Amino acid sequence: MADPTREQRIAVYRHMRTTRLVEEKLVHLYRQGKIVGGLYRCLGQEATAVGSAFALSKGDILGPLIRNLGSVLVMGFTPRDVFAQHMGKASAPSGGKDGNLHLGTPEQGVVSAISMLGALVPVMAGIALAARMQRRPIVAMTYIGDGGTSTGPFHEGMNFAGVERLPLVVVAENNGWAYSTPFRKQTAARSLADRATAYGVPADSVDGNDVLAVYEACRRAVDRARRGEGPTLVEAKTYRMKGHAEHDNQEYVPKQELEAWIRRDPIEAFARALLESGLATRQDLAAIDREASVLVERDADLADKSPFPAPERALEGVYAVASETPSEVAAGRAAS
Amino acid sequence: MTAPARAAGRPSTTYVEAIREGILEEMERDPRVFVLGEDIGVYGGAFRVTEGFLARFGEERVLDTPLSETAIVGAAVGAAMMGMRPVAEMQFADFFSCSFDMITNFAAKSRYRTGVGVPLVVRGPSGGGVHGGPFHSQNPEAYFAHTPGLKIVQPATAADAKGLIKAAIRDDDPVLFFEHKFLYRRVRDVLPEGDHVVPIGKAALRRRGRDLTILTYGAMVWTALDAAATLESEGIDAEVVDLRTLLPLDEEAILESVGRTNRALVLHEATRTGGIGAEIAAVLAERCFDSLDAPVLRVTAPDTPVPFSPPLEEFFLPDVEKVCRAARTLAGY
Repeated sequence: MADPTREQRIAVYRHMRTTRLVEEKLVHLYRQGKIVGGLYRCLGQEATAVGSAFALSKGDILGPLIRNLGSVLVMGFTPRDVFAQHMGKASAPSGGKDGNLHLGTPEQGVVSAISMLGALVPVMAGIALAARMQRRPIVAMTYIGDGGTSTGPFHEGMNFAGVERLPLVVVAENNGWAYSTPFRKQTAARSLADRATAYGVPADSVDGNDVLAVYEACRRAVDRARRGEGPTLVEAKTYRMKGHAEHDNQEYVPKQELEAWIRRDPIEAFARALLESGLATRQDLAAIDREASVLVERDADLADKSPFPAPERALEGVYAVASETPSEVAAGRAAS
Repeated sequence: MTAPARAAGRPSTTYVEAIREGILEEMERDPRVFVLGEDIGVYGGAFRVTEGFLARFGEERVLDTPLSETAIVGAAVGAAMMGMRPVAEMQFADFFSCSFDMITNFAAKSRYRTGVGVPLVVRGPSGGGVHGGPFHSQNPEAYFAHTPGLKIVQPATAADAKGLIKAAIRDDDPVLFFEHKFLYRRVRDVLPEGDHVVPIGKAALRRRGRDLTILTYGAMVWTALDAAATLESEGIDAEVVDLRTLLPLDEEAILESVGRTNRALVLHEATRTGGIGAEIAAVLAERCFDSLDAPVLRVTAPDTPVPFSPPLEEFFLPDVEKVCRAARTLAGY
């Protein structure tokens, strides 16, 4: 959809709004002590996540990071999945074995990240490599933050994808901060797009708070990958509106900088564009917001009421053959 | 080193050729199997394990990669998640550490976290005795033995080299396959005919004995057998168990043997502290304390890097004399 239809634009709006509402609910649950561990937010980055994931087609595979809640929802996971995952519930996609947005399987179109940033880039290159060997015309897409581009795996993955001309799109989310480390301490390069030059990989740079700009740049990259023309890096310039996680009050962030970005809220901007173009009325958007809110409340409640995993499930699933799990042998021995 | 028995008639195959044969047969049997690594295609691999593969299978299934271990194993992880059966070569086992996250955090934890199996093999030459120095001689298996989700294999014979690489490729979980480079062209077997697969997780009894059990693996199996021959002339009858798989350990085989001989000597070429030997000693203490007539002894390399100069390396490596000394101590109880 080089020029998205009204219906598609409305769907983009709904996903961004749902992302925001899920996150607000997660914050609420976090304060109630119902979230296990930290809470990593994506406030202000919804356009990058949703716009990029919308550029994919059925069968394509995405490797999201912790700030890509919007992407995960676009790929078909429900708010309930996300809540259950954050609460460590048995009904979570990972069954409580992992948290936050570490979820998904290639069959579901999502590869679950590990916390070692950059690691997804070579793995998603391998997904793209296998797809090519299997003659499946699919595209792999993943994300990297400004901090993640300083890791070895990012470099190795980009380089390999470039050499092999793999159907891979890497969305480099430049949100200005890696925990407390600003962009200028991360790289002497002027932009993340510049990094791609070193790998012979073409790059694009877009306003990450403009969902249609993100979508269009990613769509060009996805089409290029599908044509067999190799990987692309799309730099999305956006901003991390909250701390690294909820415990972090981001006192190291200059106030003026933060205030300037508050005025560039991606959801409000897209809502204005929809209203100005006449594609939606205030009533239309309010109805979408209401529906999303009902869904989010219902899903949060369902996740909250669902059980925790049985403790002994901690021993399951290490190996394909259950009897090969050494810890099970050990547990059996201790019990006997 | 003991020369393994040669059967008359059919020609024998070296350890390195046996690995090559095993991978080749699996690639012919299963189109999902492919190899990737540095210099494995046009050059045929630094140790020639994949010689001739490129001509036979083409460059899609025999992928020469950049010098980039994280990309090699990372791409193998992704491909394995997609249902392929990648066999990634590390030019030396010392370089497994360059892809440590991919192995220990991505491959090993994937099934547990998401239910997605990662059936890949990472293989490469380990071990000393060839004066490779600190970075071409290491035995890094213990780094990885602490990682649930992995399997770790190290064959001592050519027949096992073939049978275990085939089992590793067919396994639904990530397998690290350490090839002892000292054995590559020094040991041979007349390989069993047909589809020869050696199960992962099963040790092999290499020599039956009454007085003590030497538990070992890799090139040290041959050192143990030589030591057993010397000890026999002194009236000490040593049993030799070749562990073959280091994760998961074949605890039943270990307990069965030590339960009979009542004395255990653990022998490995890797350094001492936190090594596989420590785990075996713990298993023996937990599970057959009542059967032991003597403390469990370890013969290992000392806790130093692998030195380069021949006299230094010879001093560093366990040898027949060190094994015999420990065995005599055990027999004295």
